[in-house]
Amino acid sequence: MTTVPALRVERLSVEFRTRSGIVRALDNVSFSVRKGETIALVGESGSGKSVTAYAVMGILDPAGRVTNGQAMYGEIDLLAASPTHLAAIRGREISMIFQNPRTALNPIRSVGRQIADVLIRHGEVPARGALPQAIEMLRAVGITDPARRASAYPFELSGGMCQRVMIAIALAARPSLLIADEPTTGLDVTTQAVIMDLIAELGSELGMATVFITHDLALASQRATRIVVMHAGHVVENAPTTALFAQPRHPYTAELIAATPDSATDLDDLAAIPGSLPDLRRPDLPLCRYAERCPRKTERCAQPLPQTAIDAEHIVACWNPIPVQAPLKRAVGAS
Amino acid sequence: MTDITAIIRESRVASLFRHSRYVLAENPVTVFAFALFLLLVLAALLGPQIAPYDPLASNTAQALKPPSAQHWFGTDQLGRDVFSRVIVATRLDFFIAVASVALVFLMGGLAGVAAGFFGGWTDRIVGRIADTIMAFPLFVLAMGIVAALGNNVQNIVLATAIVNFPLYARIARAEANVRREAGFVEAARLSGNADWRILVSQILPNVFPILVVQMSLTMGYAILNAAGLSFIGLGVRPPTPEWGIMVAEGATFMVSGQWWNAFFPGAALMIAVFSFNLLGDGLRDIVDPRRRT
Amino acid sequence: MPMMTLIIKRVMMAIPSIIGVVIVTFLLTRMLPGDPATYFAGPAATPQAIQEVRVKLGLDKPLIHQFGRYVLDLAHGNLGTSLTTGQPVSTELRTRLPASAELTLLGLLISITIAVPLGIVAATRPNSVLDHTCRIISTTGVSLPVFFTGLILIYVFYYLLGWAPAPLGRLDVFYETPPQITGFFLIDSLIARDTQTFVAALKQLILPAVTLGVFSLAPIARMTRASMLAVLSSDFIRTARASGLSTWTVVITYAFRNAVLPVITTLGMVFSFLLGANVLVEKVFAWPGIGSYAVEALLASDFAPVQGFVLTMAVMYVALNLMIDILYGLIDPRVRLEA
Repeated sequence: MTTVPALRVERLSVEFRTRSGIVRALDNVSFSVRKGETIALVGESGSGKSVTAYAVMGILDPAGRVTNGQAMYGEIDLLAASPTHLAAIRGREISMIFQNPRTALNPIRSVGRQIADVLIRHGEVPARGALPQAIEMLRAVGITDPARRASAYPFELSGGMCQRVMIAIALAARPSLLIADEPTTGLDVTTQAVIMDLIAELGSELGMATVFITHDLALASQRATRIVVMHAGHVVENAPTTALFAQPRHPYTAELIAATPDSATDLDDLAAIPGSLPDLRRPDLPLCRYAERCPRKTERCAQPLPQTAIDAEHIVACWNPIPVQAPLKRAVGAS
Repeated sequence: MTDITAIIRESRVASLFRHSRYVLAENPVTVFAFALFLLLVLAALLGPQIAPYDPLASNTAQALKPPSAQHWFGTDQLGRDVFSRVIVATRLDFFIAVASVALVFLMGGLAGVAAGFFGGWTDRIVGRIADTIMAFPLFVLAMGIVAALGNNVQNIVLATAIVNFPLYARIARAEANVRREAGFVEAARLSGNADWRILVSQILPNVFPILVVQMSLTMGYAILNAAGLSFIGLGVRPPTPEWGIMVAEGATFMVSGQWWNAFFPGAALMIAVFSFNLLGDGLRDIVDPRRRT
Repeated sequence: MPMMTLIIKRVMMAIPSIIGVVIVTFLLTRMLPGDPATYFAGPAATPQAIQEVRVKLGLDKPLIHQFGRYVLDLAHGNLGTSLTTGQPVSTELRTRLPASAELTLLGLLISITIAVPLGIVAATRPNSVLDHTCRIISTTGVSLPVFFTGLILIYVFYYLLGWAPAPLGRLDVFYETPPQITGFFLIDSLIARDTQTFVAALKQLILPAVTLGVFSLAPIARMTRASMLAVLSSDFIRTARASGLSTWTVVITYAFRNAVLPVITTLGMVFSFLLGANVLVEKVFAWPGIGSYAVEALLASDFAPVQGFVLTMAVMYVALNLMIDILYGLIDPRVRLEA
């Protein structure tokens, strides 16, 4: 694994114009993914994880605007690139898969043709070879009897199969970065594991970097080597997985971990995170958006957020981070 | 008991009023449509009084004069003042519109709620009737009905109501279906009310707001329908002033350049239908903001 | 084959509609206030003539008997005889049908060619000038009486500008009708390689066809716009964009093909309006189609043609709706495969 970043997001800020005001959805979001690395963007619903991905991919809702920041893919700033240039990169260099795979596929087009469309678009094969290649992709993502399945429509396939098809579409042009937005939500547990394994396997085959977006910290801990914790449009902590679980520094991260069950937890011991996300339309939004729910709040917290580097790999955005203590009893996570 | 329901009804009306004011403020187009609508109502009510000339008085010496200071809209082939005729015709066309809509609301609304409420055979019969009506192109069916029953205003109203019956029946049926199991219906039943009474006093009034949007649009359609029928000689008979007939009479002259005869009644038609359509759209925003297009 | 099953199912569903139509057209004459025989004998008939007609048409027999005869006559294609022309109604309808069909189809073609792209562009550029134009056209188009539009077009383009020929029918007197193959003058003249007649026929067709086109523009544009707006914000379009597919592929191949489904359903309603508007336009432009045939008969109190007209229009409408259903099934595999 080299240290060259595949994607470097710097100070990304996004706002949405709505009827009831301007929603400052993202504020100075920064993180990076290295080539071949697998990271996870983690946070509650509404923390801005998906918006970050949409902004990077250039598929924000028309009401959304990038007000600041860069998304460097190599030498190119994705946020400033021309639409033609972006369309050439999307699907080819950077791909994305979504949750609800059934609705994310064209209902009146066969899955084989949908894969072929991407293959043809990115010049991978001449038009005639597209469908056979699509069938090969279906085989690669583990769909049995791919030749017959290729002429099937999404409504004829199960949720798990549809997600495999989406993976096939995303990986058809062999991208170097995959963004996976809640890819297993809505699938049953066994299928979840299978899909995650598939992504990991194909990812390592292609030497692809992967960004998982999820609210499920346990899932993130199993699959990602680095976790970026988001809250209300801010990155609050960014650390390798083991370090994060061993020593969470941001109060929000600690609450998240405490609220995440593992096989050893007693349901009665599960903690709920107090409070709720602040209304991002407020003009008087505090500089630290967690402050109002934070048990460790001090007067210093009224200042602009710091980017305190705990060490080379671990950043936390907090004026009063949790002090270093004995390693937590719970060591959830992979190597 | 009565006090509480009265209070609840009052506050419901008050909140509807407040909501309407809010939507109207947001939506200047609706206000414009409403103003236009009121103007039309005024013309309908005061028509004969404010018309400068007798709409039926012919004066062949003054035939086919273009618009001027004495005759704002010119005169027709019998020397009658077009402006007066257009204003007075508002009443008739308005009456046709309102009557048609009232009739179809009663017919379609009752049949629909009965079908939705009772289900079974009632539902099937109403459905069959609606399907049969919908199998015809609407204007053609109206033509057939008026041709069969005779050329007069009542039959135009009846034909328009019949032709719109399926739409109202379907909407009413859907609403009744939803409310069949509602609490207040159960309460009414338990206090001994006959089913029919429940239908008319409870369900039909609840269905009304949903239908009112459609009714505004149907008024526009009713006027166009009546005008169309009159245009082909199946509606109102001359010399009664009605916009459609006036366009028909003026049509031959338009080809040779005397445009005012047919133009002004046609424009009046357009403005009336336009305001009903806009009003319907605005009402839809008040009643169901989810359905804005 | 799922397609055949779908077609058969839809045809079966159309049969009750046809039955209903036959019954209603029967009732329209038999349930008239007064004596039906007078309608069919005509306003100038003597009491003897009326009695003859009554016996001849079996109007003195019980209703069921009459209905049986009616259905039998229909099965033989017998729609009665016109009083004013003395010709069988079915023959006249058949001869005049191509005129109406050519007009309606051209009008629909004009309407779709403008309305659909307008709707698509309005949806891809919300709140732009084009979007507002689309909405204004939609609201105005629905409010304009079709005969009024026709008259205005004649006034502007014939009287004022002199561009269009006199609204006197399908072909100027100087031209001969092309040899009949389809009955459509445009097609027949092309087959006969007679470009002059083609142009002449087209010139006569333009104004009435545009009138019908303007009339049907509004619902189609409105539905296309609304449908495209809904589809463009759906999940699978987001996936298509994220895959880097070209704008054309996203908007047309992916979005439009899905959005066209409700538009096709709307076409059914549009046909209902068109078949009615046809009658009015034929009157304005003196077009020798089945609409004007019925109107002329009406004015002469000649009832058999009117009945035949209503029946024919209704049957055509049922057939058109059937074709629309089948077309829908061709585009949407979900409908096909659930059969």
